[in-house]
Amino acid sequence: MTESRIRRVDLPEPQYGFGGDDHVFVELDRQMSFDANFQAMAVTQQIRERDLDGVIEVCPANASYLVRFDPDVIPPATMIETLREIAESTDIEEYQWEARIIDFPVLYQDPWTHETQMQFRDRHQDPDSTDLEYCAKINGYDTVEALIDAHAGEPHMVTMIGFVPGLAWCHQMVPRAAQLEAPKYEQPRTDTPARAMGFGGAFTTPYPVQGAGGYQLFGRTPLEVLDIEQALPDFAESMVLPNPGDIFDFRQIDRDEYDQIRDEIEAGVYEYTIETVEFSPEAFFASPYEYNRSLTEALD
Amino acid sequence: MLDIIDGGVSTTVQDLGRFGQYHIGMPPSGAMDSYAHKLANYLVGNAEDAATLEMTYQGVDVRFTTDTVVALTGASMPATLDDEPVPMYESFSVTAGQTLETEFATEGVRTYLAVSGGIDVDPVMGSRSTYTLVGIGGHEGRPLEAGDELRIGSDSDRPPVGVQVPDRYVRDYGTRETVRVLVGLCEYRLTDESREALCEAEWKVTPEADRVGYRLEGPELDFVKREQPFGAGNDPSNVVDLGYPIGSIQMPKKPIVLLQDAVTGGGYATVGTVISVDRSILAQRRTHQAVYFEPVTVDEAAAARDEVHDDLHGAYESIGH
Repeated sequence: MTESRIRRVDLPEPQYGFGGDDHVFVELDRQMSFDANFQAMAVTQQIRERDLDGVIEVCPANASYLVRFDPDVIPPATMIETLREIAESTDIEEYQWEARIIDFPVLYQDPWTHETQMQFRDRHQDPDSTDLEYCAKINGYDTVEALIDAHAGEPHMVTMIGFVPGLAWCHQMVPRAAQLEAPKYEQPRTDTPARAMGFGGAFTTPYPVQGAGGYQLFGRTPLEVLDIEQALPDFAESMVLPNPGDIFDFRQIDRDEYDQIRDEIEAGVYEYTIETVEFSPEAFFASPYEYNRSLTEALD
Repeated sequence: MLDIIDGGVSTTVQDLGRFGQYHIGMPPSGAMDSYAHKLANYLVGNAEDAATLEMTYQGVDVRFTTDTVVALTGASMPATLDDEPVPMYESFSVTAGQTLETEFATEGVRTYLAVSGGIDVDPVMGSRSTYTLVGIGGHEGRPLEAGDELRIGSDSDRPPVGVQVPDRYVRDYGTRETVRVLVGLCEYRLTDESREALCEAEWKVTPEADRVGYRLEGPELDFVKREQPFGAGNDPSNVVDLGYPIGSIQMPKKPIVLLQDAVTGGGYATVGTVISVDRSILAQRRTHQAVYFEPVTVDEAAAARDEVHDDLHGAYESIGH
């Protein structure tokens, strides 16, 4: 561990641009950082609170945000002026939010994503390794187990949701030098099992449904992140589990626990372990490892 | 009730879309050609957001179990009622027991069938639109199949039959090849030459063109060389994952224009956005047909929007409301 705090990033001037006549795209930075992400979350939360007539969608992303609006209600130029004004009056130094911390069991090196990897080896950078072996190597870990320990050792924050309903980009809550990085497959796979745990760029994503995909495959979670029938109790209010700002505490489990959780999920009785905590960016930046420990203790 | 005898190539229930859920990855869905969808509803006395059937290339064969008034708009699709030809862009009555059959579209892709009272499936998150990728909305979240039965709503005025949309409001889907775009978003990833080529090249609609997006074929575009930003992938087209506007042109080497069932975000550079009123035009371009992007300003996009509003208003008035 080379750094014990999160080094702050000086964000450039935000770039405001139009997506057609009915979207504004605001780029806060071209690289990923918690500064950019927290700014995106803080500003979009303020936009939501204003409840402006004519604003249709408010979507925070990793280092940017998107607003869809009705230009017949808010002229495009007025929309940008309003967003600028909201951004200028938002100070993340004083910003805190209620975050849910969620216990997130993962069966690393599971048989199903292993089979998928083997099927698509010809599309991979390193066909003679598994995805985990390759990621361990390029991230400087001697063994797959050491990489898994790092991945499951510190929590991950949901910094963006999208692509398809419920797909969450999760960014590990550690200093940049400790962040894992990996490229996507050279050619995307045509198949990925539902609930596969993928890794690409600097993000982990649990795949909500079976489908194409290009992220490196680390394992499989027994948990659902999308429940369109809303059969599970934790989906009573929304068919999607993650919210931006949620914290997923990935935990390595064995096959027995995986099967047991699957049985409960399929019976519609599994209850997710979720605690709500007050999240303070300042405290997190100052001492991330200690702060993460105080957050994850809420799950004990 | 509508009894589906043949679902056609891909027919789904659509209204104007599902909003307020984009941030959880839920695209709006809704009619790909909202202009034609609205005209169909006007003809049968419905509110413009009532649900219609969006039929792709070849539509449904359907038996009506009640007397009602219907209309067809959008792509030219020859149709018969009990073997007698029926007009497009004109309301006509059907009686219980009659069967409407449709053939292949001759121009355009998507034809709308509106029924007085609207298609009465249960709304999901405030919309009756079908989103097939996760299987929600519409009829069981999927395209229609033989044997499906659809309820008809009762919420409409008693419309007169034989009412037509005047020709000047009917779009010619065969000739228009140009869609207007606002260049922007991550267009800085393209070289100057490629940014110009984007708006000068002839693009061809590929067979991978559906409600999620239109993948286009054309010249290879080049990206500016760069040092990879932290968190972006290593491919030159990669950016730190961001939200994709509806209509945006994403660039995994070849452009994909995202439409009503869009993937809502990801890590490919987006280089511009088809303006709102021209997404309907693009959605009617057929496989192998040409498409050109014409750059416009946001003010020109607003003027284009006003023109379409005027046309819709004109059509609505002339239908006799």
